[in-house]
Amino acid sequence: MADIQQLEKICTQVRRDIVRMVHAQSSGHPGGSLGCTEFFVALYFDIMKHNKNFQMDGSGEDLFFLSNGHISPVWYSVLARSGYFPVSELATFRTIDSRLQGHPTTHEGLPGIRVASGSLGQGMSIAIGAAETKKLNNDKCIVYSLHGDGELQEGQIWEAAMFASAHKVDNIISTIDYNGRQIDGDVDDVIPLGNIEDKWKAFGWETLSCDGNNQEEIIQALNNAKKMTGNGKPIMIIMKTEMGFGVDFMMGSHKWHGVAPNDEQLADALSQNPETIGDY
Amino acid sequence: MNMEILGNNDTRSGFGAGLSFLGESNPNVVALCADLTGSLKMNDFQNKYPDRFFQVGIAEANMMGIAAGLTIGGKIPFTGTFANFSTSRVYDQVRQSIAYSGKNVKICASHAGLTLGEDGATHQVLEDIGMMKMLPGMTVINPCDYNQTKAATIAIADHVGPVYLRFGRPKVPIFIPENQKFEIGKGLLLNEGSDVTIFATGHLVWEAVEAVKSLAAQGISAELINIHTIKPLDDECILSSVAKTKCVVTAEEHQIAGGMGESIAQLLASNSPTPMEFVAVNDKFGESGKPADLMKKYGLHSSNIIEATHRVLKRK
Repeated sequence: MADIQQLEKICTQVRRDIVRMVHAQSSGHPGGSLGCTEFFVALYFDIMKHNKNFQMDGSGEDLFFLSNGHISPVWYSVLARSGYFPVSELATFRTIDSRLQGHPTTHEGLPGIRVASGSLGQGMSIAIGAAETKKLNNDKCIVYSLHGDGELQEGQIWEAAMFASAHKVDNIISTIDYNGRQIDGDVDDVIPLGNIEDKWKAFGWETLSCDGNNQEEIIQALNNAKKMTGNGKPIMIIMKTEMGFGVDFMMGSHKWHGVAPNDEQLADALSQNPETIGDY
Repeated sequence: MNMEILGNNDTRSGFGAGLSFLGESNPNVVALCADLTGSLKMNDFQNKYPDRFFQVGIAEANMMGIAAGLTIGGKIPFTGTFANFSTSRVYDQVRQSIAYSGKNVKICASHAGLTLGEDGATHQVLEDIGMMKMLPGMTVINPCDYNQTKAATIAIADHVGPVYLRFGRPKVPIFIPENQKFEIGKGLLLNEGSDVTIFATGHLVWEAVEAVKSLAAQGISAELINIHTIKPLDDECILSSVAKTKCVVTAEEHQIAGGMGESIAQLLASNSPTPMEFVAVNDKFGESGKPADLMKKYGLHSSNIIEATHRVLKRK
């Protein structure tokens, strides 16, 4: 049973990390990172069986793939806080010679990353491939992936969706960060997604939905999804989130998708998220 | 030169045979195909190893991503589709998910170039070598006959890292010995000569063999080197031959821009500037037609290699 209070404390610290990392280089994507904090903390501190002594091979572990790679700040923070690399390294985000590239990559050897992402739409295919290898290797662990809602405008996502149901890839749990925003505005104004849950059902997936900014609810949804694996169908969690969640002035619009706070805004954001387990 | 014809077959069948060999010899080899199993000659692998074969449908981008994912946990994926759909259609997937991510995927591409024939320019990719060689860490191989393609297919399974293996559709002479070991990155000397070096890759190697015979009858001693691996290029082999002959003809079924000739020109410009002539497609799209007619029309015939040799000899 997860200690929700402890996880919420970690979330607060992760939010501090996110805004500080993005502020330090005046560059990065705070909005989606803040909105997915509860999800990442749930995965790495409760749901997944994983090894902080990183092996690319990933045998005998659950695996996670971030398809919408621009929300790297939340992933880097959670990986560091889980022990994959020193938290002090978060200070190198987006700087020269850093392993913490703007978008996640294997290229500099950052522990915890198994494929590059950033150019959108590619992560579900990767997750499916890794899930197929687990089946061939008789490895019972689960493969997780996260995708943006705007990212669903990429055609490759739907190629992957068709494949996963056709090939009964039932050891994958994918999640949509359904915040309704993308760079140019609301998803509904750019290219509306229609009934997102019906779309995934029509593609042969089992679906679940939850409030992604409620720690208990996201854990419950992930545990329910785990119970649904092994039944011949891939599983999709439609996770309703608020872009910028936890920093009031970043919520309610798309404008903090990829904009860094200034000094004053940083101070405001940090005052809303007091230090819990120690700043880097 | 005395080059015996051992048979006649398509290079894609050499790929199919090599893949079947790997099915038996290497349990980590898996194969994926985007609705072209028969064209790629992957049926035998599919029938014998159904658990290790993935039919992905007409979804090449997804195929490249799944292949990258399959490597995590130790599989060695071989993707199969036409060369155009293995490269230009999926360039970003190959770039980000395979090359930049350093994944051990073997991108196996048939029906490359003009010799695809009647389907026309939509399918006749002539830019693929260029696209793939530009990707850091990508190995690019273009074998010349059935035996070499089979041997290359088997060899790349033991090479750790992404590989682009390019082959074709038509039946062409087999002249490489069946048991010849394929060495990635090594030029293959087919004929010693002193007046000119002809570097050829893929289907143009046989055209070059024919050209060398005619040139010999004209009293011109041509060295013929098969560059089956365009990246990494065998610098030493190329430079030592050119030091002797002092002029070069390159021959390939590709655009001049981005091709093997361009790679060799870059090497020579940096080390030993040398007169060069390029037998390749000169900034044009192809068209429908019989492969042999297309090769003549676009200047990829043995007669074009002979003409290019005469031109370059005058520039020595």
